[in-house]
Amino acid sequence: MVENTNVSTVLRLQDVRKIYNPGLANQVEVLHGIDLEVARGEFVALIGPSGSGKSTLLNLIGLLDKPSAGELWITGQPTAHLNDRELTRLRASAIGFVFQFHHLLPEFTAQENVMLPLLAAKGFADAAMVKRAATLIEQVGLNSVAAQMANQLSGGQQQRVAIARALVMQPALVLADEPTGNLDTKTADSIFELLRSVNKTSGTSFIIVTHDPRLAQRCDRIIELVDGRVAV
Amino acid sequence: MINHWLPFEAVLALRFMREARMQTLLIVAGVALGVSVIVFISALISGLQSNLFRRTLDYQAQIVILPPKAVARSLRSDPQLATRIQPRAQRLQSVDQWQKVRAQIEKLPGVMVVAPVIAGAGLVLRADASRSVTLTGIEPDSYLKLIALQDKIIAGNAQINGTDMIIGSDLAKDLGVWAGDKLIVQTAFGAAQTLMIRGIFDFGNIIQNQRTVYVALRTAQSLLDLAGGATSLEVNLTEPFTAKTVAETIQSLTGLDAQSWITTNAQFFTALAAQSMSNTIIRFFVGLTAALGIASVLVVSVVQKSKVIGILRATGTSRQQILRLFLLQGALMGLMGSAAGAALGWGFLSAWRSVAKNADGTPLFIIHFDPMFFLYAALGATLVGTLAAVFPALQAARLDPAVAIRG
Repeated sequence: MVENTNVSTVLRLQDVRKIYNPGLANQVEVLHGIDLEVARGEFVALIGPSGSGKSTLLNLIGLLDKPSAGELWITGQPTAHLNDRELTRLRASAIGFVFQFHHLLPEFTAQENVMLPLLAAKGFADAAMVKRAATLIEQVGLNSVAAQMANQLSGGQQQRVAIARALVMQPALVLADEPTGNLDTKTADSIFELLRSVNKTSGTSFIIVTHDPRLAQRCDRIIELVDGRVAV
Repeated sequence: MINHWLPFEAVLALRFMREARMQTLLIVAGVALGVSVIVFISALISGLQSNLFRRTLDYQAQIVILPPKAVARSLRSDPQLATRIQPRAQRLQSVDQWQKVRAQIEKLPGVMVVAPVIAGAGLVLRADASRSVTLTGIEPDSYLKLIALQDKIIAGNAQINGTDMIIGSDLAKDLGVWAGDKLIVQTAFGAAQTLMIRGIFDFGNIIQNQRTVYVALRTAQSLLDLAGGATSLEVNLTEPFTAKTVAETIQSLTGLDAQSWITTNAQFFTALAAQSMSNTIIRFFVGLTAALGIASVLVVSVVQKSKVIGILRATGTSRQQILRLFLLQGALMGLMGSAAGAALGWGFLSAWRSVAKNADGTPLFIIHFDPMFFLYAALGATLVGTLAAVFPALQAARLDPAVAIRG
């Protein structure tokens, strides 16, 4: 096994497999040996038909699930032998999530939602945290609604909050699962532009799952997944 | 605004509970009712117990020392011979050299007062009415320290000398007399004396109010033909619950028959134990009910919030933090419930106290306000809440974030 120490590679997968219900009658192999690399600052589209294993792959990359075989490096760090606590820490520091249905906490305001990952990591709120969240809220253009409860915002606004939240820990990699999936075209475009500009200014890598070929074409690279394999 | 002094878990717990305010309110109200029942029942029972205790010891000495019973002995010792032994009739008998015995007992540690008493049967007469009574000769100085007679006097006073008597309110009514009137006292020994009613007492017990007549020790000695004698010595201690061992000491020291109130009131102690037991059972079941309520609210909350838990996990919240988040919610529900319940229980007690009164207008029982009890109730409820949250919290911490987010 080759130790990956190249820090310019944010993500590396080597022969990653995922088998659900191994050894049982209903055993399913969803991913059949994925090899993949994402460089620092790269903006990658992940496309493929439903059932091709996109979500499974994203969960593995996001350290929400463990591969059945193969090795996965995040910012050069191998992950196979990490326990839950170490995985949580690595996930918190290196990876940001943007989900299709934004998934904000309705009990908190827009700005507080952005702050939560920092709060979880540090334990107690402080002034620097509040300032960081406010800066990001401004960056995604939501100054006017920063103090509103999350569930009072429009779909596009909520997705902007989710993007700010994904960026608050300054992750090396942001995973976006159909971030524009349930938005109208105009809003979808502005969200995509926001992601692209964050990518350009901060050098954060992005993997964006999308069904929209128009958006995929505007990415640096397209990875297509077909039946659990990367199509060449 | 997020409070800078609260840890992450507390911020989330409070926000979740505030958002689900109806659930929170209902479960806190449920716990509060339970705690108020515990506070009320506990105070009631401890009040009743101290009341019972006081009532029992107000009217009787803690140790009564009597002369040994006269026994008829068989003259023949041959077991082959059938003998019939007639039990002796117990005539009124004095404690032998009671002054010496009294001085001896007064020296024992823990003894508060020793009072000589002479008691026998008598009749009180007024015109053609007569009533049979228990004539009790007392030495006011020592006897008033022994029995709370002073507090029960409703007319006149308890300071009697050789020509005075104190009678009960019901006897006074039966004979149509009051403090300051005179009555004739007669005994089976043929002695009779006219005595003045110095005081009237009300023990709240019709038998005692009809039957007990107090006279001076010397008066009783002459009426009962027991010059210089005392039929019993009655003892009070500084610690009533040591009565049994002190009585044994007295018995072995003097050879007299010493009976402690603990032995003569065995029934009373059985009642106390039964009350304490029922109190414990009530506490246990109320605690269990509160725990089940909190647990069920949290189990539902974990299901409702599974998506939120998934997001939190994806954005860097650890399993331990999720676990603590739900344990904390349980603890907070218990704490809030116990605080509200303590206040509610105190309210019940105040209301009860103003309703439940003795015939004479004094409170039925004295409720002890013990701040430590409220502290224990709060700690107990917090602990119960935390324990109740263990299962839901584990359930939440075990959620697979990938599955939870997909919903």
